[in-house]
Amino acid sequence: MKQEPNPLEKESGISRRTFLQGIGAGAAATGLLTVAAPPQTADAKEAYGTSVGPNATQVTLKINGTEHRTAVEPRHTLLDVMRQKLDITGPKPICERGSCGGCTVMLDKQPIYSCMMLAIDAVGKEITTVEGLSKDGELDPVQKAFVQHDAQMCGFCTPGFVVSVRALLDRNPNPTLNDVKKAVSGNTCRCGTYPRIFEAALTAAKLQRGGV
Amino acid sequence: MADMKPWGERYLTGTDVQRLDGEDKVTGRAKYTYDLNFPGMLYGKILRSQHPHAKVIKVDLTRAAAHPGVKAVFDFEKQTVRYAGEEVAAIAAVSPEVADEALKLIDVTYEKLPFSVREETSMAEGAAQIHPNGNVAMDERRQSEKGDTVAGFAEADAVIEKTYRVPVQTHTSLETHGAVAQWDGDKLTVWSSTQGVVGVRDDLAKYFDLPPENVRVLCEHMGGGFGSKFGPGAEGVAASVLARSAGVPVKLMLNRKEEHLAVGNRPSAIMTIKMGAKKDGKITAFESQTYGTGGVGGIGNIPLPYVFDIANYKSELKDVHINAGGSRAMRAPGHPQAEIGMDCAMDALADAVGMDPLAFRKANGSRANEIRLKQYDIGAKEIGWERRNKVAGSAKGPVKRGIGMGCGMWGGGGNKRSYVEVQIHSDGTVDAKCAIQDIGTGSRTILAMTVAEELGLTLDQVTPHVGDTNFPPGTGSGGSSTTPSMVPAAKTAARKAKGELLALVAPLLGVDAAMLETRQGQIQVKGNGKSMSWTNATAQLASDIVVTANRDDGYHSSGAAGVHFAEVEVDIETGRIQPIKIVAVNDCGLVVNKLLAESQVNGGVIGGLSYALLENRLLDRQTGVMVNPNMEAYKVAGAMEMPEIVPILMDMPERGVIGLGEPATIPTAGALANAVYNAIGVWVTDFPMTPDKVLNALAQG
Repeated sequence: MKQEPNPLEKESGISRRTFLQGIGAGAAATGLLTVAAPPQTADAKEAYGTSVGPNATQVTLKINGTEHRTAVEPRHTLLDVMRQKLDITGPKPICERGSCGGCTVMLDKQPIYSCMMLAIDAVGKEITTVEGLSKDGELDPVQKAFVQHDAQMCGFCTPGFVVSVRALLDRNPNPTLNDVKKAVSGNTCRCGTYPRIFEAALTAAKLQRGGV
Repeated sequence: MADMKPWGERYLTGTDVQRLDGEDKVTGRAKYTYDLNFPGMLYGKILRSQHPHAKVIKVDLTRAAAHPGVKAVFDFEKQTVRYAGEEVAAIAAVSPEVADEALKLIDVTYEKLPFSVREETSMAEGAAQIHPNGNVAMDERRQSEKGDTVAGFAEADAVIEKTYRVPVQTHTSLETHGAVAQWDGDKLTVWSSTQGVVGVRDDLAKYFDLPPENVRVLCEHMGGGFGSKFGPGAEGVAASVLARSAGVPVKLMLNRKEEHLAVGNRPSAIMTIKMGAKKDGKITAFESQTYGTGGVGGIGNIPLPYVFDIANYKSELKDVHINAGGSRAMRAPGHPQAEIGMDCAMDALADAVGMDPLAFRKANGSRANEIRLKQYDIGAKEIGWERRNKVAGSAKGPVKRGIGMGCGMWGGGGNKRSYVEVQIHSDGTVDAKCAIQDIGTGSRTILAMTVAEELGLTLDQVTPHVGDTNFPPGTGSGGSSTTPSMVPAAKTAARKAKGELLALVAPLLGVDAAMLETRQGQIQVKGNGKSMSWTNATAQLASDIVVTANRDDGYHSSGAAGVHFAEVEVDIETGRIQPIKIVAVNDCGLVVNKLLAESQVNGGVIGGLSYALLENRLLDRQTGVMVNPNMEAYKVAGAMEMPEIVPILMDMPERGVIGLGEPATIPTAGALANAVYNAIGVWVTDFPMTPDKVLNALAQG
């Protein structure tokens, strides 16, 4: 079985539906790996080999460019491991079941819900959280635009929105308002910052093109 | 209006100032209660009743306590549980997973009791007894009567009567309720996701019989409350008890399901409204019979008739208990329900007398009428009121547009319970401290702005400190009171602190202190151009100037009006409503921070939109449990529902500061409902206006 072609490569936007399909395709591919495809890395061997579960297994997770070696149980989600074991608390637990986007991170450049992915499935992938977007104290254009437009109130959903918008601009540097709406349609804000988020995303696109 | 004090030069207030913690929030650096990790910290969890109504015969914690990962247990000692989700016991364990496992080892024996989860079954004869004082209460203060309604209706040229049904809404704060508690001897420190650090401190001190100074409550950032996060709650108490018993910090954060069940909601309202008017639009009489439920809690007030001056009225309110979690204050408690009933009835009656709804409203007086009359015109112009269908539903085609409006009112005067400490250091820097909390409104930012402006400094010279009970007390963030309480207090304290500094340097400038003013980092002699820099002045200080003050009168007032206009598109084949544009005209007196105030209005509008179109707590009448305690079946508005939103604030410095958070949400739902009527020509009276309701209304004609 081959992984479905990434719909994002063709489309400019990512809808909630394609987002969830993406997760489903990833999970299906992972299930297949354990049966047919031999694990390639030492970590993956540890994760998928005979020693897996129910007890904790040592794995290495590459998050924001840093390798973190930690013990995870097979049931631990990527979100839980980041927050509880690695103190990476930008991604937030809000709905706990893939409906709010507060825990959005990038997995090899694709936005995913980290509450819906087991930590062992993230082994060998490049994980980027909101903490990984600013480099040497310099904010990412998306972060700058969020501050400029006040695209945040209580701020609890903000890390998820920032990552979703970053992922959008990576695949589509020149989005329309509708592209932005679709890209963040898997994220929920309760304070009501959406109009500002839309403005910020469009400004960020301009900022990274060298405008404004 | 009370005598207002001159505000002085406004170079920060009224402008767009970015929130000072914005960078922390966009980088993930901002630490919320849910984000705290301490060495050796345990995870608390609560066992809740799965029965809607039961006697608790026995709670046996033996097996749970014996689990090697469990370090502390707590029995809430309930004799009766009255809703599915009520707290029974709690435990603290070494990990969340172990805590979940151990909850299953708590043995509870219940004796199930009859229950009711619908208002109508609770009111019926022979209903299950939910409340010891009966299922239905009629608070005398909430029944009102004026004039002669019989004569009023006799005088009317047209009378309408309709029933509006508004469901229970839950707060759905994104950061769930919870706390991290840590003891050091008999001193308790609690990090709490709260709208009132002082209230949490006082309640915990009382619970543990400690002097308040032994309890410190902190809340640096919090992920939304909307009225549901006052006091420590069962979760804060449990975290504290478990931490004391285990001797290590305990973090207890609720999950999404618990959040829907047990920590508050906006009560339902079933409003039967009868209203009559003369041909010239003058309302002659109003009658309403309303009932609703706050679950095992109260309904509060649903102020009908709402906003408009009516000579003859009679309004009745019944508070019905059902077996569901208790209500809590939710953004403008009671008003959004009343607004839906009132504004929909206003438009129905305008139709009945053959008047334009805007002209009909203008023909009647209202609260804060002078301001409202201006708001009508500003909003009508921005939405393009003349574009609305002259005859409702007359637009061609299956996708129909309509325009409607709604009106709200609020006090927003705040209180004297916020004290601000202003400290001027000899190096010229300034600290401003207050134990209020920033719930996302930007109170931290406006504290610094107010002090800096009064002292003639730039924003970066003032450091704000909030969210810690070690600071002078601040008010709870409810009733839109944070800003009108804190900003005037900050102004007052800064003015007094400045007075001390000016008195010190006046002799050096050879003038009386009354001749001095601070501007752009300079202390200047009025009129003659002589000046001294702020830092040269503060260098004279032998010790810091520290002034703590609550507010002087003259920097605030109350009585906010708001008018919203909505344009929608309704697909009569699918029943789907798409909001197109919402114009929100709101008044908050002196606008402190334009950027953040407009964010507040956006948020209010979106909350109202979500209420009108999507949100509905559903209880199963066979089992008594909530069937949508999550965020996919309990819908809140998302990006795809967003219309263009135009927040318009009337900056009126002469009125001083008035709260904005609540008034900004009130008029949206009714404006949308009226826009839907204007689009399709039939009334949707059952809320939320989901596609099934729209199609039903169309089918019934």
